[in-house]
Amino acid sequence: MPKVKFDILESTCVPLPLQNIDTDQIIPARFLSATSREGFGENLFRDWRYKKTGEINKEFVLNNPKYNGKVLVAGKNFGCGSSREHAVWAIADYGFRAVVSSFFADIFMNNALNNGLLPIVISEDLLTNLQNIILKDPSAKVKIDLDKQTFTIIPTGDYVRFSINSYKKECLLKGLDDIDFLLSMKELITAYETKKTR
Amino acid sequence: MKQNTLFDKIWDSHVVRSIENGPDVLYIDRHYIHEVTSPQAFNGLKERDIPVFRPGNTIATADHNIPTRNQHLPINDELSRNQVEKLNENCNKYGIELFGYNHPKNGIVHVIGPELGYTLPGMTIVCGDSHTSTHGAFGTIAFGIGTSEVEMVLATQCIIQPKPKKMRITVNGNLGIGVTSKDIIMYIISEISTGGATGHFVEFSGSAIRSLSMEARMTLCNMSIEMGARGGIIAPDDTTFNYLKQLPAIPGIDDLGSAVKEWEKLRSDPDASFDRELEFDASLIKPMITYGTNPGMGIAIDSAIPEDKNNEGSSSFLKSLNYMGFKPGMKLLGQPVDYVFIGSCTNGRIEDFRAFARIIRGRKKAGNITALIVPGSKKVEAQMISEGLMEIYKNAGFEVRQPGCSSCLAMNEDKIPAGKYAVSTSNRNFEGRQGPGARTLLASPLTAAAAAITGRITDPREFITDDINKK
Ligand code: SF4
Repeated sequence: MPKVKFDILESTCVPLPLQNIDTDQIIPARFLSATSREGFGENLFRDWRYKKTGEINKEFVLNNPKYNGKVLVAGKNFGCGSSREHAVWAIADYGFRAVVSSFFADIFMNNALNNGLLPIVISEDLLTNLQNIILKDPSAKVKIDLDKQTFTIIPTGDYVRFSINSYKKECLLKGLDDIDFLLSMKELITAYETKKTR
Repeated sequence: MKQNTLFDKIWDSHVVRSIENGPDVLYIDRHYIHEVTSPQAFNGLKERDIPVFRPGNTIATADHNIPTRNQHLPINDELSRNQVEKLNENCNKYGIELFGYNHPKNGIVHVIGPELGYTLPGMTIVCGDSHTSTHGAFGTIAFGIGTSEVEMVLATQCIIQPKPKKMRITVNGNLGIGVTSKDIIMYIISEISTGGATGHFVEFSGSAIRSLSMEARMTLCNMSIEMGARGGIIAPDDTTFNYLKQLPAIPGIDDLGSAVKEWEKLRSDPDASFDRELEFDASLIKPMITYGTNPGMGIAIDSAIPEDKNNEGSSSFLKSLNYMGFKPGMKLLGQPVDYVFIGSCTNGRIEDFRAFARIIRGRKKAGNITALIVPGSKKVEAQMISEGLMEIYKNAGFEVRQPGCSSCLAMNEDKIPAGKYAVSTSNRNFEGRQGPGARTLLASPLTAAAAAITGRITDPREFITDDINKK
C-alpha cells in the first residue's frame, strides 16, 4: 500500500449533502476491472457526473466550477455498501485528501485511513452549518490539523476536535504503513501459531 | 467468572498483540480471495519482494467478473479476462488453492467456502468483499476488508483491526407462511436503517433464528453488512454440526467428533453483556420488498411506500424515489416488473432454487418477464440437475445460467437495462447496482417467483396457500 503523509491541510471544500452515499455511486462496479491502483479518479461518481447520454451533467457539484478543493463534505453514512478500496482510490486519485461527514461506514473508514485519505467525523449540526457556509461562499476554507486533531471552519473560527486512533494517527503523520509494522512482528506471529496448534 | 460473548471468545483468542490505545493485531485462520479485489494486493507483495506468508490459509475463486453463458469458452471482455488471468497467475506463483473460472468446484466465494468445508466454527475469516459476513452463520468472526488489508493478510496472515462493539439481535416466535430469513433481515434493516449497526458485530439469537437451516442463516448473516454491521454471528448448534457432517470432506479436520465437542463450547455466556440489545417478534414479519435505493428502504409487500420513514433527509429520500419512479403513499402490489434475478451469495443456494421451484412448478413464466436464474456454484448447479429442478424451470419457460455473481453487481454482461424494474434476490438496490439506471426491488426467492409468474409485484402467499390447499 502507498505511504502517504498527512499533517496540516487548508483547503476549500466540495459539498455533497446527500445521505447514504454508497461505494457503488463512488465508483460503479463496471469500472473495477483494472489490476492496478491508478486512474480511478476519472470514474469517480461516474453516473452522477455524466448523463445517460454521455453528456456532462452540469448540475452535479463536481462539474460546477464554483466548487473545488481537497476536502469533500458529504452527508451521513458515507461509504456504505461494498468493501471495494477502489472507492477510496478514486476519491484520492481525483485529488481529495479528506472527507468530512457525520458518520462513515466501517470498512470505508479503514480503507481511507490505509490510503492516507482522512475521514473526519463531525456532529450533524456542524455538518449542516458547514454545508450552508460552503453553499453561500464557495471560497470558504477549512483547516485540518492532524497532530492537534482539530478541524476549523476558517471564516467563522468554529473548531472541533476530531477523533482518530492514536496508532493510525502516528502512521499518517510519519508516513508509515501497516505492512512494515506487521512484517516486523513475524516472530510473534509464528509463536502465536505454534501455541495455537499445540 | 467473567462473562463473555461468543464474539469476545473468538476475537480474544486470535489477538496476536494489542497495540496500546490502538487496534489489535488479529490472526486470520481463513482468507478467501477473488479476482476483483486481489490483484493490487499481489502487486504490493511483488513491489516489496516478499512471499505469501501462509499460502495454505488462502482459497481463491473467480466469480465477480465471469460470464454466465458458455463458460467453456474464454472470456470475451478483455479487461475481465485479464483480471481472471491475473488471479490464475498469482495463485500459481504463490501456491494458493484456486477454484477458478471453469473449475468443477467454481462458484461465488461465499457459496463455495461453506459448501467445500473451508468455513468452520470458531474461525476468523476475511475476504476483500463485504458479504464475507455470510460465514458468520457457522459461528465464525467473518468480515469484509479492503485491498490494503488483503495485502496484509497475504504478507503476514494478520490484520490490524480495532475491536468492534457488540450487539445482540434476538428474534423470537414463529415465522409466518411464505416468510423467509431474507424477509427477517430485510425487516430488521428497515427498522434500524442501513447505518443502524455500524461499529458493531451482531450476534443473532432467539427461537426464530435457531429454527433456521444453515442456508437460511447464511442469507441472514450475509445481509448483516447492509445494516452497517461489521458482521453477523450465530452460535453453532446441531443444525450447524449436521450440515458439516453431511459434507463429503472437511479439509484439515480428521476427527469431526472431537472437533464438534470443541465447537459446542462456542456460545455467549448467560450473563455476557452487549453494548446494544434489540428484540423482534418473528410473527409480525411479512414478505418484504424494497422500494428505494438502499436496503433499509423496505416494506411489507402489502403496505404502501411511507413518507421519509427513516428520516433519510428529504432530499436524499425523494432523489431515491425519483430514481425508482415511485411516490410516497404508493402501493407496490400489482406494479409491473421487467426482470427477475435469482442468485447471488444471498440467495443462490440450493434451498433458494427449491423455494423458487415451489411456486413455478406447473406454471408458466409471464410474457413480460426476462429472468436471470444463476446458481451460486457448480455444486448448486449439479444439485439442481440431480433434484430435477432444471426440468421444472425449463417447463415453466426459464433458462438457467452458469454460476457467478452475475446481475448482483453487473460487472459482466448480465445488466438490467436503464429504467427497467427487477425483482432481485440479491442484497443491494443501490442506484445502478444492476446496471446503469436499473431499478432494483430486493425480495426473497418466493417473492421473486411470484413476480416471475404474474409479471407484477405479487404477494407470494397467494401461491403458497393455494399449493398447500391443493395437497
Ligand atoms: S453475489 Fe453479489 S454480493 Fe455476493 S460476492 Fe458476488 S457481487 Fe458480492
